[in-house]
Amino acid sequence: MARLTVITLVIALAAFVLVFELLRRRKLREKYAALWIVVAGIVVLLSIFPSLLVRAAAVLGVAVPSNLLFLMSLLVLFAVSLQLSREVGTLEEQTRRLAEEVGALRLTVEREARWRAEAEAAAEGSTSDLAEPLPTRGEPE
Amino acid sequence: MVSDTADAEDRLLFAGARRHRARTRGASLLIALPALNEEASVASVVAEIRRTQPSADVLVIDDGSTDATAERAADAGAQVMRLPFNLGVGGAMRAGYRYALEAGYSHVVQVDADGQHDPEDIQRLLTTMSRADIAIGARFAGVGDYAMRGPRRWAMRTLSVILSRLTGVPVSDPTSGFRMIGPSALELFAFDFPEEYLGDTVEALVIAHRAGLTIEQVPVAMRQRTAGRPSQGALRSSAYLVRAVAAILLAVARRGPARREPPDASA
Repeated sequence: MARLTVITLVIALAAFVLVFELLRRRKLREKYAALWIVVAGIVVLLSIFPSLLVRAAAVLGVAVPSNLLFLMSLLVLFAVSLQLSREVGTLEEQTRRLAEEVGALRLTVEREARWRAEAEAAAEGSTSDLAEPLPTRGEPE
Repeated sequence: MVSDTADAEDRLLFAGARRHRARTRGASLLIALPALNEEASVASVVAEIRRTQPSADVLVIDDGSTDATAERAADAGAQVMRLPFNLGVGGAMRAGYRYALEAGYSHVVQVDADGQHDPEDIQRLLTTMSRADIAIGARFAGVGDYAMRGPRRWAMRTLSVILSRLTGVPVSDPTSGFRMIGPSALELFAFDFPEEYLGDTVEALVIAHRAGLTIEQVPVAMRQRTAGRPSQGALRSSAYLVRAVAAILLAVARRGPARREPPDASA
């Protein structure tokens, strides 16, 4: 029993440190970090005081305490993956919008460039410099 | 969905497009061809369209092609919008509709770049625009000898029955990519256009119907594709049908377009 406690404690602490380290290196956004820190904290608590789990199972009417643990883990994982799916969907939609904008922008830019080239060619061809200048919008020269 | 700042940015973004229209003939019809790796056919299709509809503007939306589609289309005299990666027909058309709206076109017709739609029929779609918001060029409505066999035909039939019942107008070719939209549909589709698989054809009709737009189908003959081949097979057709029905169910379950007045919920 004591050996098991040590093992679970080590795992829980490792998870805790990992989350903190990712957060410190800005690899993890805070909104997810909060969740994982709470999860890791609960695991640490349960590994130190296994009786907590037994008592919670008794209160909820779960015959085998470990089943309560499995149920909770499943629910947490389900919620997390659903949330992540949602985020991926949002990101994909944003990426698509950006791609559409990029397509429209590229079309505009290419056309402006062509007009400029045509206007310059026309200006060179004529003897006067009366060729109508094209409006420029802060283009780097 | 669209804030005031976004509107302001759009005005800047599309100023060039509007200027382009002012410089050219100020066409009101934009012919949009979503194209993915169609270098073999796009030039001849664009040329034929420009011959039959000389007063319209042609926009080829290059949906992330890896071949010379964009160059061929530009050489043939089309405007080319190159998307940075593949978005699918729905995404390409949404980009096209958005562009058309901002540039001030009133009508947009979608034509396949593989040459299976006859540009002569664009005129026939146009004539319905006085009474309908969306005109679908339909294959199975009596004209032409384009035939499907086996499970694919079966899937199409089922889909057609469901959609016709849902929208109250006969829709015999729900997945036809040959369709024209008028000003009110353009306003809707420039923002609310489903870009998922089958969304651009099937779900778009449901959205339009819910927004109170009128749909009409025009019988057209389709040619065999000049390049590429349609997907066949029982398994694929079943998967296709399942996805299509799922798309319809989702479209019905979703809330209507948010940006408009609440249409009569008669669906």
